[in-house]
Amino acid sequence: MKHLWGLACLAFSVTVQAANFEYPFTPEQVAPDTYVLEGKTEDFSKENGGFIVNAAYIITNEGVIVIDTGSSRRFGEQQRALIEKQTGKKVIRVYITHHHPDHFLGNQAFRDVPIYALPETIQAAKQEGEMFSNNMYRMIGDWMRDTHLVPPTQTAKLGTETIGGHDLEVLAFQGHTHSDLVLFDKTTGVLFSGDLVFHNRAATTPHANIQQWQHSLETLLKIPFKVLVPGHGKVTKDPAPIAQTRAYLVWLQTTLQEAAASGLDMTEVMATPIPAEFKDLALAQSELRRSVAHLYPALEAEQLKPAKQAE
Amino acid sequence: MRRAAILCLALLSPVGWANPPDPFNSPQWDFVHQRFLKAEPYQFDGKVKVEAPPEAEDSLNVPIAFQVEGLEQVQEVVVVADLNPIQQVLRFRPKAMRPHLAFRMKLQQGSPIHVAAKTPDGIWHVGGVWVNAAGGGCTLPSVGTSSGDWTKTLGKVSGNVWQRPDGSNRLRVRVMHPMDTGLASGIPTFHIENLNVLGADGQVLAELDLFEPISENPMLSFDVANQSQFKLEGRDNNGNRIQAEVSP
Repeated sequence: MKHLWGLACLAFSVTVQAANFEYPFTPEQVAPDTYVLEGKTEDFSKENGGFIVNAAYIITNEGVIVIDTGSSRRFGEQQRALIEKQTGKKVIRVYITHHHPDHFLGNQAFRDVPIYALPETIQAAKQEGEMFSNNMYRMIGDWMRDTHLVPPTQTAKLGTETIGGHDLEVLAFQGHTHSDLVLFDKTTGVLFSGDLVFHNRAATTPHANIQQWQHSLETLLKIPFKVLVPGHGKVTKDPAPIAQTRAYLVWLQTTLQEAAASGLDMTEVMATPIPAEFKDLALAQSELRRSVAHLYPALEAEQLKPAKQAE
Repeated sequence: MRRAAILCLALLSPVGWANPPDPFNSPQWDFVHQRFLKAEPYQFDGKVKVEAPPEAEDSLNVPIAFQVEGLEQVQEVVVVADLNPIQQVLRFRPKAMRPHLAFRMKLQQGSPIHVAAKTPDGIWHVGGVWVNAAGGGCTLPSVGTSSGDWTKTLGKVSGNVWQRPDGSNRLRVRVMHPMDTGLASGIPTFHIENLNVLGADGQVLAELDLFEPISENPMLSFDVANQSQFKLEGRDNNGNRIQAEVSP
């Protein structure tokens, strides 16, 4: 009986905690002036409220620069409140790395701040944002309350700009989506890679072009960074997550191509065992299933030949 | 304990005996049974294996595969998505091939997918999966219809044949067709109704009835014996004919 009461209390406290809709943000300093809110390497759920992504900020002399605003209005608001309380400074600029919902649906909290992104990202956010946010309501529920689509407002220019004592370089890549913004803080050596790099979490591919992605990763390796902030997973001081993402994408591409060449149908490919090398990647099997849905139709179509037909 | 009690009740009650409850607790199961299985006797049976991802990444193209193993002379297999606005997905009558099939379908919302295989004793053997979906798959216009270029490719078939490690052959075919459900505003229903797979000698290997929930440009995978030359014959609900010869 006591045991049951304990369970009941536990259930009650869990409910109360969730009802607060407070994201468990704990800023981690990764370099001078530079902090990361590290999300879990999980899929969206009503438990994590979409805090499955890394959001970051740089404290400069002129104010704070935010990189990605998270999954919901609540995310953006709580992120901004935390930053302003911690630093006593205003947010002066936001960069959005790409148009996936976990990276920009918190924009609503930064309506009065210029929000920068690459032009294709702004366009894609406008086109697909509503669909994303509808799906997010389904996946994280009330965490999304009153979240509205706010596309980025400013076109990010390529090249280096000095803001509040930080030399920030904007680089444009492709592969994870049609346009992936990477921010390199030359002053601190921090590279904000967005979702071109995943760390101990399987890469996601809804808008991916694997070949372009591989090319982008090769280029990223040439940048003389000291700290790497991946889109998902732990921050590192070495390029290991880039190598890991490359190796995973090679395996994914090869697996799908070989499956298509042996005449497999989608559900069979989805059941491919994950090799030991990638066993530690969070969500490997479920991301493989998603990637099959994204990438397999084009690969299997290549294996079909036009039939002889009466005109 | 409670479960055991319910099980006992189910065993004792004649109704429970005749109509075993759906493992997915589908609110539509009784209706599905009446309408698509003609209220004939059925049992849930692990020999009917159904594969599908637990989450539909693309509600317009949800991959489903079934295999009936260990049941002789399967007469017909019916696939039903209980919570779809159009529930019946396809009917498959394997005449001279294994009761295996893989295809893709549209889902309007998360739903149980029931696959029922009828044996000569008149009993339906039922398997299934539950697929979660963001949905909306049935009320969207097809890509072909909304882009307007479907007329150029209508009824065009492509395919290939592979030797599988187990000695059987795999036939995969794709037929270009909008497969419009009739549920998208202003676009009438337009879908392939029948598709038969024949051997090179004209022997019917399988008959298929396809319904609106089958995805645009249907992609089908069959497990055949060791034939490698096939004919495909069918027509859509507007009377357009499909005729093609597929070889490796």
